[in-house]
Amino acid sequence: MKLLQTIGSILVIASILVFIGMLGLGTKSINLEALPGNNKHQNAAITEAINELGATGQEVNHIGFVSLASKVIDKANEIQEAKFKASGPPEGVGEWDFRFGGNASAFKQKMSATAVATGPVQSNPWLFFFLTFGLAIIGGLFFILPKFSESAGIKHDGIYHNSLTRGLTLGPRTLALTAGILGVLVYGFFKLSNLFWPLVTTVIGLIFIYFVFIKEKSKGKDPQRSASPAHTGWLGVIAGILLVGFYILLYWTPQYIQNWVSMVDPISNKLNGGNASRWFLYGLLYTVIMAVMGIRMLAKYKHNKYQRVRTYSVIFFQTAFAFLIPQMISKLNAANAYDNPIPAPDLKNMWPLDYSFFFNYRLDEMVSNGSIGIFMLVWGIALFVIGVPVFVFFFGKRWYCSWVCGCGGLAETLGDPFRQLSDKSLRAWQFERYIIHGVMVAAVLMTIGVLYTYFSGSYSVLGINTESLKAWYAFFIGAGFAGIVGTGFYPLMGNRVWCRFGCPLAGYLGLIQKFRSKFRITTNGGQCISCGNCSTYCEMGIDVRSYAQKGQDIVRSSCVGCGVCSAVCPRGVLRLENGSADVSERTKVERNVHIKDLIGEEL
Amino acid sequence: MKIIIIGNGISGITCARWLRKLGDSEITVISSETKHFFSRTALMYAYMGHMRPEDLKPYEDWFWEKNRINLLEAHVDNIDFETKTLATTKGALQYDKLVLALGSKSNKFGWPGQDLERVGGLYHWQDLENMEKYSPGLKHAVIVGGGLIGIEMAEMFRSRKIGVSMLVREASYWNNVLPAEESDMINRHIKSHHIDLRLGVNLDSIQDDGKGAAKSVIIKETQEEIPCGYVGLTAGVSPNIAFLKETGLEVGRGIKVDGHLKTNMPDVYAIGDCAELSDPKPGRRGIEAIWYTGRMMGETAAYNIMGQTVAYDPGIWFNSAKFLDIEYQVYGEVPGKLPEDMSTIYWEHSDGDKAIRINYHKTEKYIRGFNLMGVRYRHEVCEKWLAQKTPVKEVLQNLGLANFDPEFYDEYEADVIQLYNKQEGTNINLKTKRGLDRVLAFLKS
Repeated sequence: MKLLQTIGSILVIASILVFIGMLGLGTKSINLEALPGNNKHQNAAITEAINELGATGQEVNHIGFVSLASKVIDKANEIQEAKFKASGPPEGVGEWDFRFGGNASAFKQKMSATAVATGPVQSNPWLFFFLTFGLAIIGGLFFILPKFSESAGIKHDGIYHNSLTRGLTLGPRTLALTAGILGVLVYGFFKLSNLFWPLVTTVIGLIFIYFVFIKEKSKGKDPQRSASPAHTGWLGVIAGILLVGFYILLYWTPQYIQNWVSMVDPISNKLNGGNASRWFLYGLLYTVIMAVMGIRMLAKYKHNKYQRVRTYSVIFFQTAFAFLIPQMISKLNAANAYDNPIPAPDLKNMWPLDYSFFFNYRLDEMVSNGSIGIFMLVWGIALFVIGVPVFVFFFGKRWYCSWVCGCGGLAETLGDPFRQLSDKSLRAWQFERYIIHGVMVAAVLMTIGVLYTYFSGSYSVLGINTESLKAWYAFFIGAGFAGIVGTGFYPLMGNRVWCRFGCPLAGYLGLIQKFRSKFRITTNGGQCISCGNCSTYCEMGIDVRSYAQKGQDIVRSSCVGCGVCSAVCPRGVLRLENGSADVSERTKVERNVHIKDLIGEEL
Repeated sequence: MKIIIIGNGISGITCARWLRKLGDSEITVISSETKHFFSRTALMYAYMGHMRPEDLKPYEDWFWEKNRINLLEAHVDNIDFETKTLATTKGALQYDKLVLALGSKSNKFGWPGQDLERVGGLYHWQDLENMEKYSPGLKHAVIVGGGLIGIEMAEMFRSRKIGVSMLVREASYWNNVLPAEESDMINRHIKSHHIDLRLGVNLDSIQDDGKGAAKSVIIKETQEEIPCGYVGLTAGVSPNIAFLKETGLEVGRGIKVDGHLKTNMPDVYAIGDCAELSDPKPGRRGIEAIWYTGRMMGETAAYNIMGQTVAYDPGIWFNSAKFLDIEYQVYGEVPGKLPEDMSTIYWEHSDGDKAIRINYHKTEKYIRGFNLMGVRYRHEVCEKWLAQKTPVKEVLQNLGLANFDPEFYDEYEADVIQLYNKQEGTNINLKTKRGLDRVLAFLKS
């Protein structure tokens, strides 16, 4: 058993090394069939530049190609600018259909991403698929399957002795977090060539810090319980760096990951009839990881039916709703050669987590697609207008966050080994409330701006450019927060960083859970021994023990109802329940007072 | 008013918190064990790597200053009750009211070698440190004593793949408390976790390795020698009151207290493990060294100190524990040996690690106790049934109210009722299934 698990670990590490190493294999050359310009005028300039630089057929490595593409676009830009100065755009051509404009980097990226890649990956995609996905799945299962034969019970031995899952000391963690946030802000300034929104974000961040430290009097109350094991877990740091690196490549520098995408072309062709995009790669990877790590959850909690049912649920919704159904719709589109493809969204995702739902191109897609398009529009709106309040009322936000949602699903499967790293300090809770509601307001304002533009055609509301706000939200919240920090920081700050601090949908679900829901966690009279397993394993950083030891029922907006507090409790103290009777009385402070007639003031 | 509490365990800290809730006195808590309150019951989880040591602290460190509870890390050498003065390692202190929450120490019965290195109990923070210190490279440990702490210690060592032999004096694990069937279930469970369980044996001596540390133990009955690198002494605990003998304070096994937790000395109270009730309630012991009574005593003492006279009332007996992977809860009367006037129904799951026992009065048929293995019951519901001496039939018909297992878990109430029908020749059915709204309606009724 031990041997199997060792082999499994080696296979997984090998697959990761191949996955990274394969990015450097083979060469790329310019794809004359798919030039990156928006139209023939721009492409003509690009062709001219290619010829002038003698770049046709030039085979360079993946990194070299990025600079080649950069040279070509710079040259094309130069050529076009000279023409524009000399004679302006041709008759009937708009200025920005002719000039490349300030955002030349998008053209460079597009050129790299559509280049003709040749090399071992392109000639043997299945081999590389096996060496990466295949080895990782086999290795993962070698590691996981023996767990089914272990005795049933809580499997947390040695978590804090393990370098991968132990977390960071407070100093390095603060450093990583600060570096992460500042890095995203500064990169955003360069990438979007925009100073305004990074500055606004920074100011809001400083206001939040002021509120927490001064208004909420957190200054001086240093959180001993946040993250201070005796040693930093360096394997966890490495895992965090790998995850962050992956998200940076995926979101912001896709010009370097063409080999990953080529590798899954054959699968994409089978499933949807077209070549893979990076989003197909990501979807496939996401689904496979959730399935394999979901099996791990099933083994770990084989004694706990709530955990098992919930795990089946998240795997199902990811595989069917987020991955396969959209593929099937795309395949229909490909088969029917629609000019106007039916939208193929993740049908369980909803606004405001799905922040681009009301973006003009998606609205157009839906509105122009007859009844199926209208169905998707109505479905998408009904989900958050009717679905959320009704389901949260009866079951709490868990119906979505830990049963359906893809982000939640990844957190509950891939993220489970890191759930104990959530920060339980009061200070973290104070930050949480400001930040998550801040993001929620930002999502609403951004969407109002986008809709205003959609209906009025004007890009300016109160002097604010709706397009730049939209772009900043997508960059900073959509990619930076949800991806880089949200998932990349699993091994550093726990598996629900995004869900807890950032997700605007979680914020909305949480408000209903707090004020209009039957859901609560009840505590079992006086049975709590304050051991703290519940708090330690709460991925949302709720100090469950502080309620349990007072016999208080728990109604917290952030609780995603994963049920792990109840599972790990050694004394049977916690139960997730749906029922709203007596809730105000039973959530009162210090319920298990034993001298009942006198109740002191709140401590 | 200057109030000093000696001991920062659950009793002392609960007392301090309630003193603060009830008034504005100057509160000082003295301990030489750790600066901050931690959950003693969770020591095992720190060793097993489930939690970090700081996770054992139920309150963040700033809590004490915010609530103006002074924490003094010092050892109390002696107490002069006449002048109300404490002599501590940090100097002399005066008090107006004194609370003794001294806790316990592990029992040692004069075994040869009991004070060697690599020998220790599991009660104090220092015991955890001692176990940590000797665990690297440790191949085998012997645990002497088969109570709740013994099995915890066995689980701790097993979490690090260290071999464990457990010497238990009784013929079956903890059978002075657990009824035979439950005790047997735990015997099987212990063995299934690859623990070498030796029943019906006593410790003869602990052997010195020549350097002042334990190298093996010898079993009294067989004179067998078990080599080991650590010996855990877990044969119960007793009040930690050695330094108070012959100070005029009345002590028995513990510090004698009256129904208001007052000692014989003016303005001195004793609570928790170290207190011995002079006149315990019928069916209860004078010393109950458990978490929950410590908490209740802390609260009661605070009221009395603040001038609101309240008698100590521990209510209906309840307790809980976890034997490796099997959770255990008990409510009311569940003696190891069934008394004459008590009947019982015992249901066991076919997997052999879940059980429900319901005790009732043999002739008057009212409910007397619940014993749960691997199944969770609701404290408040069981307590209400027990307090009202509810007819067992009524309890069984509404047994769903007591179910506290997580959602989707199998429900066994109907099986339990069937057993009762068979035993008593009745024909009752389950009327109330589990569900929170029904429970709350019942609790309010």
